[in-house]
Amino acid sequence: MSLETEILEIAFRAIAVSGGATLLAASWGLPAGILLGLKRFPGRSVVRSFFNSLMGVPTVSLGLILYMLFSRAGPLGFLHLLYTPLAMTIGQAVLITPIVVSFVTSTVESVDPGIRDLARTLGASEAQASMAVVKESMSGVLLAVVASFNRAIAELGIALMLGGNIRGVTRVLTTSIALETTRGELVLGIMLTVILLAIVFGLNIVVSYLQRRGRGA
Amino acid sequence: MELKNVTKRFGEITALDHVSLGVGKGDIFTVVGPNGSGKTTLLRIMAGIESPTSGDMYFNGERVDENSLSEVRRDSTMVFQHIALFNTTVYKNVAYGLKLRGFAQKEIDGKVKEALGTVKLQGYERRWAKKLSGGEQQRVSLARALALDTEILLLDEPTANLDPRNASIIEETISHVNREQGTTIVVATHNMFQAKTLANKAALLIGGRIAQVGTPQEIFGAPSDQLASFAKLENVFLGVSKVLEGGISVIDLGSDVRIEAAVRREGEITIFVRPEDIILSKDQVVSSARNVLKGTVTEVSDLGDTVKLRVDVGRDFVVQITKRSFNEMQLNIGSKVFLAFKATAVRIV
Repeated sequence: MSLETEILEIAFRAIAVSGGATLLAASWGLPAGILLGLKRFPGRSVVRSFFNSLMGVPTVSLGLILYMLFSRAGPLGFLHLLYTPLAMTIGQAVLITPIVVSFVTSTVESVDPGIRDLARTLGASEAQASMAVVKESMSGVLLAVVASFNRAIAELGIALMLGGNIRGVTRVLTTSIALETTRGELVLGIMLTVILLAIVFGLNIVVSYLQRRGRGA
Repeated sequence: MELKNVTKRFGEITALDHVSLGVGKGDIFTVVGPNGSGKTTLLRIMAGIESPTSGDMYFNGERVDENSLSEVRRDSTMVFQHIALFNTTVYKNVAYGLKLRGFAQKEIDGKVKEALGTVKLQGYERRWAKKLSGGEQQRVSLARALALDTEILLLDEPTANLDPRNASIIEETISHVNREQGTTIVVATHNMFQAKTLANKAALLIGGRIAQVGTPQEIFGAPSDQLASFAKLENVFLGVSKVLEGGISVIDLGSDVRIEAAVRREGEITIFVRPEDIILSKDQVVSSARNVLKGTVTEVSDLGDTVKLRVDVGRDFVVQITKRSFNEMQLNIGSKVFLAFKATAVRIV
């Protein structure tokens, strides 16, 4: 395999693993965040600060915990997930869930409280009024998803500990950058870094364009 | 629509205190009162988006309960003082309620167009609602309510903070819709002149209680005893009076504002100056008026033939002048003006 194809393969795997993690985290994080933003219930602030503080968990600590869960002797060892792309995807999904939940909660909360009344006085049911609030927070939701993806594709700890940086199987951009740099292959490391940054920046340019359109510019 | 003994409490605060009133079909009913008197809460209850702590509401003769609340919400709609718009195009804003009601696309297009025409925003469909000026945004809110063609239209301070042009478009629209469609309209306002010119029925709401209900003439036209409640709204000041020689008193209103009054009274008094009794000029003129105060225009409201100005001279005074004078003097928010009134124009409440 030529170097170019290998680099391409690594880049695509990184996007697939982190993209999958983002989809997974969004599938449970969006509903949770929306509910937290819309509903008022006792203990809500505790749940909120729980997710807020989870945003700061170091990736290696989370990697270690998940490693112990997935390793052969661990409680989920029978799934044989350790050192597979799926394990990395699940691990990153867990890592970014608090980001999705916290960001989405804040953005839903920040919608003008008048929007709910407005929808109701125009004839909306409670569910339709909630939908109107969520629709108003769309650009913030988009930002939450993008920020989560960025965090996932840029993290090293979980990819390394759950993936193991196996060539052709679990090697992604961050793990190869770390490897090539320690091997003294600085040029290659820099190339991979440029690719990683291009993905992150490219995505952000697209999203801010979409957000500008969403504001009617 | 009828309210019987409606009370609304928010914790310790009683926003509405045993309010009873009836709004007839086709009425333009104004609820007049100072800020914080409960006008908004009253409208929200009538719109079915707030439920009273106690008391009953009747709609088309039937008592409103949990089950019929959705009916009230379908047959009435409210335009809020604090402008709320969906972050999308003007078209989608106006079409929102119509979509909920399941109208066909073609009908929606027609109704949106008509409603925008009524508020003089033809061709604005594709504009972004939140990028419009404040007055245009309020007109979009009004069009959105009009498009639904509900039996009752509730307007909360629809022209507060608007420039005269936008305010008059909104007032024209209110009269037009009432005349053409027979829509029952309830307007909450702290603007007495609006209440007087627009409505055929009015209620004076003070401190969450209905102080008086009747025709605008009954409420605002009568002198003396009604004056007290009328006066609770504008140009009423609490001051400390000191009698001078010659049957004149100087009243200190605070904030360095002192006025002379043809009364003999010592100590704390509440006084009132009718907006029509105040002469407004751009330069200081020599006249027999004992009171000349310099100030800045802070608010302009168009009332049709006349214009109401709020002028800050240390305390807020409200002045009413003809539209002609207003145009000739080229006044605007921020203009420096002088207010003059005679010592005899100062009345004790």
